[in-house]
Amino acid sequence: MQISVTVNGVVQERDVDPRTLLVHFLREELDLTGTKIGCDTSQCGACTVHLDGKALKSCTLLAAQADGANVATIEGLAVDGEHHPMQTAFWENHGLQCGYCTPGMIMATTAFVKDNPGASEEAIRHNLEGNICRCTGYHNIVKAVKQVADAAAGGD
Amino acid sequence: MSTRIFGSGIKRREDPRLITGEARYTDDIKLPGVLHMAVVRSPYAHANIVSIDSSAAAAMDGVVAAYTSEDIGDGLAGLPTAWLIPDSDLKTPEHPALAKGKVRYVGDGVAIVLAEDRYTAQDAADAVEVEYEELPVVVDPEAAAQDGAPQLFDDVENNIAFTWVMGDKTASDGVFNTADVVVRDKIVQQRLLPTAMEPRSAMAQYNPATQELTLWCTSQNPHIHRFIISAVTGLNENKVRVIAPEVGGGFGSKIPCYPDEALVSWAAIKLGQPVKWTETRSENYQITIHGRDHIQYVEMAANRDGKLLGVRATVYAGMGGYLSTAAPGIPTILHGLLYVGPYTMDSVYCESIGVMTNATPTDAYRGAGRPEATFLLERMVDMVAKRIDMDPAELRRKNLIPAFEDGYEVATTLIYDSGDYPAAFEKAIGIAGYDDFRREQAEARAEGRYLGIGITAYTEMCGLGPSQVAGAVGFQGGLWESATVRVTPTGKVQALIGASPHGQGSETTLAQIIGDELGFPVDDIEVIHGDTTETPMGWGTYGSRTTPVTGAALAEASRKLKEKARVLAAHLMEAAVEDIEYDDGKFLVKGSPDNFQSIQDVALMAHLAWNMPEGMDPGFEESQFYDPPNFVYPFGTHIAIVEVDANTGDIELKRYIAVDDCGPQINPEIVAGQIHGGVVQGIAQALCEGVIYDDSGQLLTGTMMDYTMPRADMFPNFELGETVTPSPHHPIGVKGVGETGTIASTPTVYNAVLDALSPFGVEGIDMPMTPAKVWQAIQSA
Amino acid sequence: MWPNKFDYQRAESVDQALELIGDEGKFLAGGHSLLPVMKLRLSAPEQLVDIGRIDSLRGISANGGLTIGATATHAEIAASGDVQSMCGALADACGGVGDQAVRNFGTIGGNIAHADPASDPPTVLVACGASINIQGADGSRSVDAEAFFVDLFETDLDDGELITSVSLPNCSDCQCAYVKFPHPASRYAIVGVAVCLKMDGGTCAQADVAVGGATVKAVKCAGAEAALAGSTLDDAALNAAAEAVKADIADWLAGDVAYPESYRQQMAGVYLKRAVKAAAG
Repeated sequence: MQISVTVNGVVQERDVDPRTLLVHFLREELDLTGTKIGCDTSQCGACTVHLDGKALKSCTLLAAQADGANVATIEGLAVDGEHHPMQTAFWENHGLQCGYCTPGMIMATTAFVKDNPGASEEAIRHNLEGNICRCTGYHNIVKAVKQVADAAAGGD
Repeated sequence: MSTRIFGSGIKRREDPRLITGEARYTDDIKLPGVLHMAVVRSPYAHANIVSIDSSAAAAMDGVVAAYTSEDIGDGLAGLPTAWLIPDSDLKTPEHPALAKGKVRYVGDGVAIVLAEDRYTAQDAADAVEVEYEELPVVVDPEAAAQDGAPQLFDDVENNIAFTWVMGDKTASDGVFNTADVVVRDKIVQQRLLPTAMEPRSAMAQYNPATQELTLWCTSQNPHIHRFIISAVTGLNENKVRVIAPEVGGGFGSKIPCYPDEALVSWAAIKLGQPVKWTETRSENYQITIHGRDHIQYVEMAANRDGKLLGVRATVYAGMGGYLSTAAPGIPTILHGLLYVGPYTMDSVYCESIGVMTNATPTDAYRGAGRPEATFLLERMVDMVAKRIDMDPAELRRKNLIPAFEDGYEVATTLIYDSGDYPAAFEKAIGIAGYDDFRREQAEARAEGRYLGIGITAYTEMCGLGPSQVAGAVGFQGGLWESATVRVTPTGKVQALIGASPHGQGSETTLAQIIGDELGFPVDDIEVIHGDTTETPMGWGTYGSRTTPVTGAALAEASRKLKEKARVLAAHLMEAAVEDIEYDDGKFLVKGSPDNFQSIQDVALMAHLAWNMPEGMDPGFEESQFYDPPNFVYPFGTHIAIVEVDANTGDIELKRYIAVDDCGPQINPEIVAGQIHGGVVQGIAQALCEGVIYDDSGQLLTGTMMDYTMPRADMFPNFELGETVTPSPHHPIGVKGVGETGTIASTPTVYNAVLDALSPFGVEGIDMPMTPAKVWQAIQSA
Repeated sequence: MWPNKFDYQRAESVDQALELIGDEGKFLAGGHSLLPVMKLRLSAPEQLVDIGRIDSLRGISANGGLTIGATATHAEIAASGDVQSMCGALADACGGVGDQAVRNFGTIGGNIAHADPASDPPTVLVACGASINIQGADGSRSVDAEAFFVDLFETDLDDGELITSVSLPNCSDCQCAYVKFPHPASRYAIVGVAVCLKMDGGTCAQADVAVGGATVKAVKCAGAEAALAGSTLDDAALNAAAEAVKADIADWLAGDVAYPESYRQQMAGVYLKRAVKAAAG
C-alpha cells in the first residue's frame, strides 16, 4: 500500500507491505538506522520516536498507521548541527556507554521533559520505566535528564 | 593548554556519533543484494529429528534457498571449545552449526532459510516442517549428573563434561574436622540472560575474485572470531576479515563464536551473495549464552573467636546443550581461584563439575565465575558472623589481609598484586555510617519496619592475563595485547589496537593514556579498533583487560616513540640527548626554554627524514606487544541498605555505597560509569533477574515481559568512594574496573535483605529475591 | 519479530468498519494490545480494519456521566479533568498502563477488547459500574462491564462487533481509587484493586470493589463490599474486607511460576487495604 509520512520534516512516499512496522520502515526503507530495536514486546524503548510530537515505540505501530503523520527520529533532533540540550546533557553527564539504547532514551526523555519541565528525580526515574539500559545503571541518565528538566523549568 | 589529562573526567570521544544516531551497528549496515537468513529452531529441549521438509519454504516467493545440516555436509566444521582446562577429564562433544539428528535445547538450529527480506525469511522458517521424536529432558545440572538422567551425548557419561579440583582435600578435611565452627549452605546461582541491548547480528560477504570473506558481527573479539571462522569454514585466516563495527554491549555474550556467524559465512560463500542475520530478542534469550547456573554446596570453617580458616565447595555448573567457546574455564579457573577473597584464610578446596543440560549453553557473563565465588564467600562470612554472634563488619575487619604493596601469595596460589583492603573497608563503613545505622535499624524494628544492611569486601582477578598462565590453564590463545601508535606527518595520531571495546569508553581512556605519555591533544588521537585487517592482533575486550593490557601496550609504544622523539629533537637542535627535557609535548634544551621542538615538529621531521641521526629509521610509529606479568587485582567494599515490606515482600534499595580501588583512575567519570552499570547488573541478580525453565526445558522467561530487567526506578543514586593503590607491575599502575560492580553487589544486597529479615529467622532465599519469594520466606520462617 | 501477512483496510466510519470486517479480521485502533501478540505470531488475523481515524470513536465527554470513545488513549484518559473528577480511579488505572509511550497510543477500546486479565482499566470499569457500548451489523447494544469480561482473554464481543465507547456513571460524589502491584518486568498488574466508596459522614454507605491481575478477569467482590459497607473503614473493617476479598476471588485465581496464585490472592488483601486508604484519602 502507498503511504506518505513526513519524517524529520521530509515527506516520504513509499509503497509498503501493510505489515511493515514503523521501525522497519524507518530503518530499512529510509535508512534512518539511529532508531534501534532491542526487544519484541514493547518493553525496552530503543525504538522510541515522536509521532505528531508524542513519544511512540515505533516497533508497536504499523507504518500504515503513520500515514499522513509527522515522525521525528534521533537523526532529526539536532538543529543546524547544534545538539539538542538532551543530547548535550547525555554527553556531558556520561549518560551512555554502548549507545544502543541512547537514541530511544533521548527521544523518550525529550518528550517527557517538554511536558514535565522541572520534573523531580523520582518522576524522571519513574518515567524511564519504558526505556531499558544495560550499561549505565541509569545513574547518569537520570542526572542528564534532571539537568535538562531543571533548565526547562528556568533553573540553571 | 596542558595535555595532562590523565585523571580527568573528560567527555567521551565516542559519544557524538552515538547521541545523534549516526553510529552504525552491524544491523545498520546495508549491502546491495543482501539476503536475510532465518534459522528454524527446535521447539523441544531434547529430541531426535525424524525428518525435515523445507520444500514448501523453498518454494515461497522471495525465498532463495533452504538448507539443513545434511546440505552443509562437511562445509562447516563443528564449533570449537577454546578453553580446554587440564586434568579434568574434559569432554568436548561435537557442536555442529545445525543440529545433526538430535536437538539438545530449545532454540537449537535445525535448518536455515535465505530470503530477499527478513519478513519473508521468517515466514519461510515457519513453513519448514520438522518432525521430532521427543526425548526425556534434564535442565538441572545436579540432576543431570546423576545415574539414570537423560543423556545428551553418547560420549559424555552422566553428562559430566569435566570435573575440576582445586586444593588438597585431605588438608581441607583436616581443617574442617577440627574447626570450632562450620557453616554450610546450598547456594543456587541462577541462570541470567546477559541482554546486551543490541541483539547479536552477523553479515557475511564473499568476494570470489580475492577469495576473501568479510564478516561484520557483534563481537567482543574479532581476531578470535577470525580464527574460529577460518577454522570452521576452512578458509585461510588471511582470507577472513572480521569487522566488529559499533557494538551495543556484550557483557561476555559476544565473546563466543556461535553457529549463526558460521552459517552466514557458509551461506554467503555458497550463494555468492551477502547474507545477513540479526536475532530477535526472543531468539537472543533462547540461543545467546546464559550466565551463572551453579548449584553450590558450600562450607566455611572458622574459630569461635572469628578467625576464618577455610572454605570448600562442590559446584555443579550447568553447561547447557553444548560447550560454548570459553565455557569450561568459567566455573573453574575464573571461579575457584577466587576462594580466598580479601581474607587471611589458608585452606581452600573446590570441586567443580561441568554438566551438560538441555538448556541454552552458558559462558562468560560479566564477572564470569568471580561473582559466583564472591557471593559464596560473603554469604558464608555472614553465616559465620551469625553463628558466633559477631557483627559481620567486625568479622570482616578481623580477617582482612593487611595492606601490601607488591605481591601477596594466597592459598589458591594467586599472587595478589597490591591492596589496602582495610582502607577501602573503613572508608565504606564511614560513608554508610554503619554504627548509626544499627541504631536506626533497632528503632525501625520497634515500629515494625524492617531495615537491613549488607557488606561485601572483595578482591578479584582481572586484566587477563599472563599468556603463560593462559597456556597452563588450557586457554587456547594468548592473553597479551598489541597496539600501534602511528603519528601522521601533520601530527595526528592513530592508535591501532587489537582489543575491541563495545561501550567501555576506551576510545577516550586510551587516548588519554597516549596524550599523557606523548603530549598530543586528546582530540588529535583516534583509537581504531574492531577490524582484523586494519588493526594488529589482539585477544579481545573482556575480563576487565582492555585498560590494563591494551593500555599498557599503548603506554609502552608511546614511550618508545617519546624516546625516538627525544633523540631526533636533540639531533635537530644540535644538542646532546641528555640535555633534552620533556615538558607537555615539547622537547626543550635544558637551560634555554625558547629552544624546543614540539612533538608535532618532531613527527613531521621523522616523516620527512631529511635530517636523521645516524642509524635512526624514518617514520614516526611504534608498536608494542604487551604480555602482563600478572593479573591485576582491584578491590573494595560495597554496602547496601534495604527496607523490606513484610506485607508484600517488596524490597526497597535505600542506599548503595561502593568504594572501589582500581589503581589510578584515568577518567573518573568512565570509572564511575562502569561501577554504576556493574552494580545494577549485580543487584539485579539478587533482586529480579533469573531464567526459569519448566521441566520440559521450555524457557518461561523468554521475553522482557517475563524476564525482569532492572529499571531506573529500582535504584537510588549511588554513593561512590575510592582509594588508589597502584598495581606495582603495571606501567601506569592501573587495574580493571569493568566487573567489580557486578562481583561485589549481588552478595551485598543479598546479605542486606537477610539482615532485614533476621527478626523473622529467615535463613536463606533463592535468588532472585522477588517479592513473592521474600513474602513466602517470611510466612514459612 | 514481525507479524504474519494480512490485508489492511482503513475505515472512515463505524458503518464502513462493520462492512469491511471479515470473519478472520480484527479491528485495529492503537494496536498496542494487538500488534505485540501479532509480532510474536501468537495471533495471525488475516485482515486488519484500522478504526484509528474514525472521528465518532474519539474523545471523552461528560454529560451527567462519562462517555469515553473507544479510541481515546490511556494518556488522554489519565490527563482528562473530567475523568479525574468523575472517576479518579480510571485516571489512576490508565495512568499506570505500560509506560508513557504505550499510554500515548494504546486505546481503551483496544485494551478491553483484548481483555488481558492483568491489565488495569477493566478492573476499574467493573468496580465503577461501567457499560461497554458495542455496535454490530445488527445494531448497537450496551453491556455491563462485569458481564463483558467473560474469562481469560475472552469477552462478550461477537465476531464483527466493534466497541464504540465506554460509559461510566458520574462518580464525583464517591471516593474511588485504583492501586496496583505492577509486575516488575511487564508492568501489568500482579494484583490491581479498584474501590469506589460512597461515604456518609464517617461511614461508608456503599462500597464497590473489583480485583484484577490476580484473576483470570476483573472480578467484582461482593464479600469485600459487604465488609466495608456500613463501617467507618476502621482497621477491623479493613481486615475483614481483606479476608473477604480473598474469598471473593478464590474461584478466579490466576498466577504463574514467579507470582503464583496463592501469593496474588494474599496480595489482593494487602492491596485492597491500600486502595481503600487511597480512596478515603
